[in-house]
Formats: sequence, C-alpha cells, structure tokens
Amino acid sequence: MTLKQLSVFLENRPGRLSHPCKALSEAGVNILTLCLADTEQFGILRIIVKEWEKAKAVLEKSGCVVNVSDVLALEIPDRPGGMESILAILEPNAINIEYMYAFTLKRGSNAVLIVRVDKPELAAKTLRQHHIAPLDTGTFFGLA
Amino acid sequence: MSTMPIHPDSYADFLTPAELHRIQLHRLQTVVRASYDHVPLTRARMKERGLKPEHIKTLADIATLPFMQKTDLRDTYPYGLFARPMSEVVRLHASSGTTGKPIVVGYTRDDMNVWTSVMTRTLSAAGLNKNDVIQNAFGYGLFTGGLGAHYGAEALGATVIPISGGNTERQIMVMQDFGVTAIFSTPSYFLHLIEAIEACGTGFKDLKLKVGVFGAEPWTDAMRAHIQERAGIKAYDIYGLSEIIGPGVATECCQQAGLHVFEDHFLMEIVDPDTDQVLPDGAEGELVLTTLSKQAIPMLRYRTHDITSIIAEPCACGRTIRRIRRISHRSDDMMIIRGVNVFPSQIEAALLKVEQSLPHYQIVLSRMGGLDQIEVQVEVTEEMFRDRVSALEQLQKKMSTAIEHVIGLRANVRLVEPQSIARSQGKAKRVIDKRKEEANQ
Repeated sequence: MTLKQLSVFLENRPGRLSHPCKALSEAGVNILTLCLADTEQFGILRIIVKEWEKAKAVLEKSGCVVNVSDVLALEIPDRPGGMESILAILEPNAINIEYMYAFTLKRGSNAVLIVRVDKPELAAKTLRQHHIAPLDTGTFFGLA
Repeated sequence: MSTMPIHPDSYADFLTPAELHRIQLHRLQTVVRASYDHVPLTRARMKERGLKPEHIKTLADIATLPFMQKTDLRDTYPYGLFARPMSEVVRLHASSGTTGKPIVVGYTRDDMNVWTSVMTRTLSAAGLNKNDVIQNAFGYGLFTGGLGAHYGAEALGATVIPISGGNTERQIMVMQDFGVTAIFSTPSYFLHLIEAIEACGTGFKDLKLKVGVFGAEPWTDAMRAHIQERAGIKAYDIYGLSEIIGPGVATECCQQAGLHVFEDHFLMEIVDPDTDQVLPDGAEGELVLTTLSKQAIPMLRYRTHDITSIIAEPCACGRTIRRIRRISHRSDDMMIIRGVNVFPSQIEAALLKVEQSLPHYQIVLSRMGGLDQIEVQVEVTEEMFRDRVSALEQLQKKMSTAIEHVIGLRANVRLVEPQSIARSQGKAKRVIDKRKEEANQ
C-alpha cells in the first residue's frame, strides 16, 4: 500500500528549481505536494503527482534525472500529537524513517504525512496492525 | 660576456661549438652502447631497425634511433629501464605515472654529481653564489624539485634553508629573520607568498630577497612581470623533468630571454609531434631529449610532449649552449597540478572504478591561496541517482577517494545536472584551466 514519489536531482544554484516545475506545468501536471532537500552543492526535489508515469516521462524529456521511490501516505489528525502516534508505532519496530513531509487536506481536519522508510512493506503491515492504513493511490487522490 | 661571477662548473656553458660537439658525440656513443648492452627494451627496438651502437658515427645519426616515451617507464615499472645494478644506484625518486603506479627514476653516484653540477650551473646563471642565503621551498621527498635544488645550492657554497613547501607563516618568518636573499618555489606558491607578505604589512623593501628561481609548473611572462614588480626581485624560469634528471635541464640567465639547455649533458631535438620529423632551429615542435651522461636510466630521444623551439642565435650573456623558448603548451593532455603530472585518463579510470560506466565529467582547475585546486564535475545519471542525500554524498566521497588514490591529490567531486557540461560536437571539453587567468589578474 505505497505511493509513487518522484525525485529530481537539482544543482544548488538559483533558477534550477523552476526548470522541472515549468516542464510539469506546461504538460498540465499538477504537483500535489513536494519537499526539497538540499546540501551546499545539490538538492533533491521530491514530488507527489497523480500521473507519475506521465510526469516522469515529461521530466526526463526536459533533461532531468528522475528516481521513483515508494513512500507511505498516512492520514493523521491535524492536531498536537497527531504525528507522534505514527512515530510511536514505527520506532519500536526498528523501522528507520529516512525523511517525511506533510500537508493538510483542503476539506476536513486531517493532514497527510508522506513518510519514506527503509522497510516500506514492514512499516505498512505494522501500521495496519495498529489500525492505521496507509492510503492507496485511489483513496489518496480522492482525498486530495 | 656578463661580468657576473660564475661558478667553475659553469665554464661548460661557454664551450666552443667544436668542443661541445666532440663531447656530445663521445657521450652519445657511450650512452647508446650502454643502453644497447643493458636495457632489453632499447636493444630489442634497435635490433628491430637493424641498428647497432657502432652505427652512431655523427650527432645527426641520433635521428635513426627509436623514441622513448613515458609509457616505457610505466610498462617496465619499477626498474626495467635501469642500465646499472641496484648496488650502483644511490638514489631513487618517483613521479606520478598514468595508472596510479608512479614512475621510478634512479641515480648512480656519478648521476648525482652531474645533477648537482647542472643545478649549480642553473643557480649560477641566476646570479647566485656562496654569499646567498637560499630558502628552498620546493617540496622535499620523492619529488625531484626539493633535493635537486638543495644539492645544487649547497655545491654553490650558498647557505641552504631546507624549508620545503607550505606553512606560509613560517616561510615569511624565515625570510625575514634569516636574511634570505633568494627563494626557490613554484611560481604560484610565490604569488601566494607575495599576498601574504603584503597582508602582514612586512613589505618587500624590508627584506633582503633579490632573486626567485621558479619552476615545476608552467607560468607566463605576465606572471613574471607581476612577480618582479610586486616583490622587487628578479624571477628566473628553470626547466626539468624527473625522467631526464629532475630540475637542471635548462635555465634562464641574466638576460631572461629563453632557457639555456645544458647541452653537454642533454642532447635536444625538436620534432613535429605528428610526423616525428626532426625540425630545424627556430621551428616550433615537441622537445625531445637524450641524456648524454646518465648511467642509471639512460633515456634516448625521450618525448617530453613540451612544445617549444630552439633559439640558435647567441645570447648576450655569452653562454654558447643554445636556448629554448619558455614552454608554451604541451602536445598531450597532461596537466601539472601542484607540481604533479596528471592525465585526464587517470581521473576517468577512477570514475569508471566507482560507477562501472563512464559518466560525463569535466575537470576544473583553479587556484586558491597559491595552491592548485581540482574540482571534478560529474553529470548525474539515472543509475547513480538515489533519492537520499546521504547516498549522493557517499557517492561523491567514493569518487573523490578513488581519484585521490590514483593521482595522489585531493579532488573535490561535484555532482551536476545532466547535460550541464558544455559539449562541442557531442564531445565534452575535459579540462577547464582557470589558473592562468587567475594568475594574471
């Protein structure tokens, strides 16, 4: 029950971020949410889009190097301690969180947490045992 | 002739052409005979051409001999070209080769004496004598620069301070406190020293420094003008290479108009790098050197890949040994970084080791604080791109370590976006050298 995330390599200098964004907007691809990791020399743009295969092709055609990875999308209550409940499940099971980012839903009072872990299968199974189901693609884009 | 007092060894700089040619021919015949008898590679190549040592009857006959290349030293690593047993070899030096293994050169006791003598003549030509206090900032160690210059300066009778390279603060302190009159270093390091001296408010007028002997890397007349003006000294260019002897192959005199080659020990030819034909005096081509007196590793017609031309006109200093023009460029893609010879193919080999397939890359050379910096830009491919920052940083480190392992110098690896390295006709320009422009500023 994982979601596809696209990662794009960027050099850390002015103007580099607009290149992939422009390619996507010209192709009519809407970025649902994103996260930018950066070091002194380079950055990684991570995006969630509905049609990831199309977006990947568009980005590659525009000269970007793209990596596809599986992430978990978890719906959590948008209130203090909402995220903590997730960590409380993953951490004791030796599942390492590599990074995460979140966004709030337009409707309702929940937020969605995008989590990249080292063992996605185990993480999904463990979460389900705790009655937290990672969102599948259909449900995810239905909510967003 | 100059009124400058010279060292007795320097009399060989003033031989008549007839005397010089007689010495050269005798030494050439001796070195060809020794190579034929003791170096299997040379003997095999001469036999292939039906050549015997006794076929060398005139100096012009040298053109019949096969060339030697840097790869010959590499292929016979470490001692394959040695013509004397190790019991007669008293010194080894090494410089970087093309595969990570260095090139090893050896010296007999007589070779050491010749090396010392040509370095003494070099320093004497720069106007130095026993009254000078010399700060030798060439690197000591396997590199031939430091010890070669050291022995020459000592034989001159000068006071030698074996400070080696680096530690700028200490260099300045020594220069001030020890009453240094001459310094040996790479020109780029001296540029750095100039800035440091000016920054600390010492100023050159309070120093006794009057001469700089610079070598081990290419530099320009613009750099010389800059150094002489800022430091108020005379800056001399010297030329040499480990394969031939180290520093001491050629030097400028007080005229600073080309470098006198010590022709009694090194026979020079200029050849067309494409056709291998010997070119006349004045024509630009590749410098080819034959060691006339070297015993441990005699080199016959060694291709230096340095581009220059012979100045046959007599020099105002009175020396009769001919000059070559300052080396302008090379016929191959060898880079000289911090005095170390580096080929792009070495960096390529290191990158291949890490990634299995060769990414597009570019080597950017620059200079910071007088020291050469190497940046290797590598275009990220789908195969090497990972979603995690730590994985990419690890990849950079792996590439950097692999390069350092091969060339012996630290290189900063920078990952860049695909297609960001400019290509002309589909081929990327491998080396961008920003050092010259920076030095001229």
